[in-house]
Amino acid sequence: MGQTVSEKIISKAAGLTEVKPGDVVTCSVDLAMIHDSGGPRRVKQIMEKLGANVWDPNKVVLVSDHFAHNTDSESMKILQLTRDWAKGQKIDNFYDQEGICHIVTPERGHLLPGMFAVGGDSHSPTGGAFGCFMFGVGSTDMLGILVTGKTWVKVPETININWSGSLKQGVVAKDMALRMCAALGMNGGAYQAIQYTGDAVQSLSMTERMTLCNMSAELGAQTGIIAPDEITYEYIREAGGHIEDENNLISDDDANYLIKHEFSANDLEPQVATPHSPANSTEIKNIEKVQVDKFYIGACTGAKLVDLSMAAKILKNNKVAAGKQLTVAPASSKIYNQASENGVMSILTEAGAKLLPPGCGACAGYGAGVLENNEVCLASTARNFQGRMGSSTSHVYLGSPYTVAASAVTGTITDPREFLED
Amino acid sequence: MSGIVWKFGNDINTDVLAPGIYIKEPIQVLATHCLESIDVDFANKVKVGDFVLAGENFGIGSSREQAAQVLKELGVAAVIAKSFGGIFYRNAFNLGLPAVVIKKESNIDAGDCIKLELETGRINNQTKGVEIFAEIVPDNLLGLIKTGGLLGQLEKLKNIPNREYQ
Ligand code: SF4
Repeated sequence: MGQTVSEKIISKAAGLTEVKPGDVVTCSVDLAMIHDSGGPRRVKQIMEKLGANVWDPNKVVLVSDHFAHNTDSESMKILQLTRDWAKGQKIDNFYDQEGICHIVTPERGHLLPGMFAVGGDSHSPTGGAFGCFMFGVGSTDMLGILVTGKTWVKVPETININWSGSLKQGVVAKDMALRMCAALGMNGGAYQAIQYTGDAVQSLSMTERMTLCNMSAELGAQTGIIAPDEITYEYIREAGGHIEDENNLISDDDANYLIKHEFSANDLEPQVATPHSPANSTEIKNIEKVQVDKFYIGACTGAKLVDLSMAAKILKNNKVAAGKQLTVAPASSKIYNQASENGVMSILTEAGAKLLPPGCGACAGYGAGVLENNEVCLASTARNFQGRMGSSTSHVYLGSPYTVAASAVTGTITDPREFLED
Repeated sequence: MSGIVWKFGNDINTDVLAPGIYIKEPIQVLATHCLESIDVDFANKVKVGDFVLAGENFGIGSSREQAAQVLKELGVAAVIAKSFGGIFYRNAFNLGLPAVVIKKESNIDAGDCIKLELETGRINNQTKGVEIFAEIVPDNLLGLIKTGGLLGQLEKLKNIPNREYQ
């Protein structure tokens, strides 16, 4: 019986020649990624009590992003504890307030195709863009991994989502993700592995593929994965990653899929998710005129260089509507630097955008810029659950960076194509 | 175990279980905000040994383990749902909180008193006098509950890193 990409990676990590969906197997972890919120502050004490150290410091990547640049004393304490732990555990791959873990980790060449990788964060399927089997776990699960280097998985079925055709102007990976949330629901992934295929996927840039895999979490999948190709290898080479064998990790022809879903990129329109679920997504033309107080371009899903460039394309020669607030939180310092060098950053700030330092910002309701009572926000983030970005009476809509930028100019939710027609 | 049922709908997510704005607070404080955006009284009124019953996809969202930990903190004996978010499901067992899958939630209403037998999946609704069966919890996870969660298993490996625990 042939195997899917995910099954091949799990077999190898489990030291077996073959695994079947449903098997419960113990796997060796190639890479464990943790952040300041779910990482050291939750595991340090217990590890000390256990008298245990990290199994292999070279296989751990630690990123301070959730509490990055918050100035309250509790956040400062968490950041310091994170630093101390990194030092004590000899974690060289420690990125202190340099951006969001899902972005920084591949940016620095840590993710390689074929890896069995685990992240202490639910958006860890982002790593699937690089051909890793990467999934999110909670902190006790992570504690077990940090101490033993191993974890168990129930081998998931593979769900194939195929996107044919090509995206039109103003329509991007974020719209694809929201469309899938609407069509399949937040349990459409049923904690299985989604494998994205098709011309529309293959022609996405690496960072757009990351957006697609990232939001596999919103589909309730264990992970989302794209078989690596030349675009993947090129990104990794540039990031300084060393690929031993560019052997085209692909699914066998006779591999088994739980189900195959077909989508067409040709007729995809910009999507907006209404409060309080990404599954409430619909075509932007169906959205009634909504007055928005705050616009937010940020998060691992929506503040990579490609995302900031989309916003800049719209905001060039435009201004944020009077009385409205557009906040931009670049996903990493590297992205911030690149956007500063190529002029994107100054377009955004000249249009009136306020900058937050690289990191998770207001996305999870932890830091600067969180929403007050009854505020309405349109964000390029992944999740709009009730209370996610602050007050439980706030309302969050989701859209692509294009859509957020266009709407920031008009003050109401607006189809970005109105600004893109040339 | 037997207790009173608190019933919720589909897609109960981690942000309503453990809201981000209180995430820096100690777990005892975070627990008082558990599910408050859906039912302000829940954290106040739920008693040790009670059950949470829900529809599809319970615990979808973030990997924050506090979503399961607050329920444990409030004394919830088990969560029974039609399906679970995968990360929450792992977290719950790692913390020693049973997460049990039932295909149909019929015959159980909010306020009913039920008795759950984890090994067999038997749920006895003592209020209505009917019995239904949940899916059997896989062996490796039942093992986690018996040892008091993953921590209990790791404690047995104390000072012996790199040994298999499963
Ligand atoms: S940016 Fe938001 S979704 Fe991404 S890791 Fe940070 S908190 Fe999570």
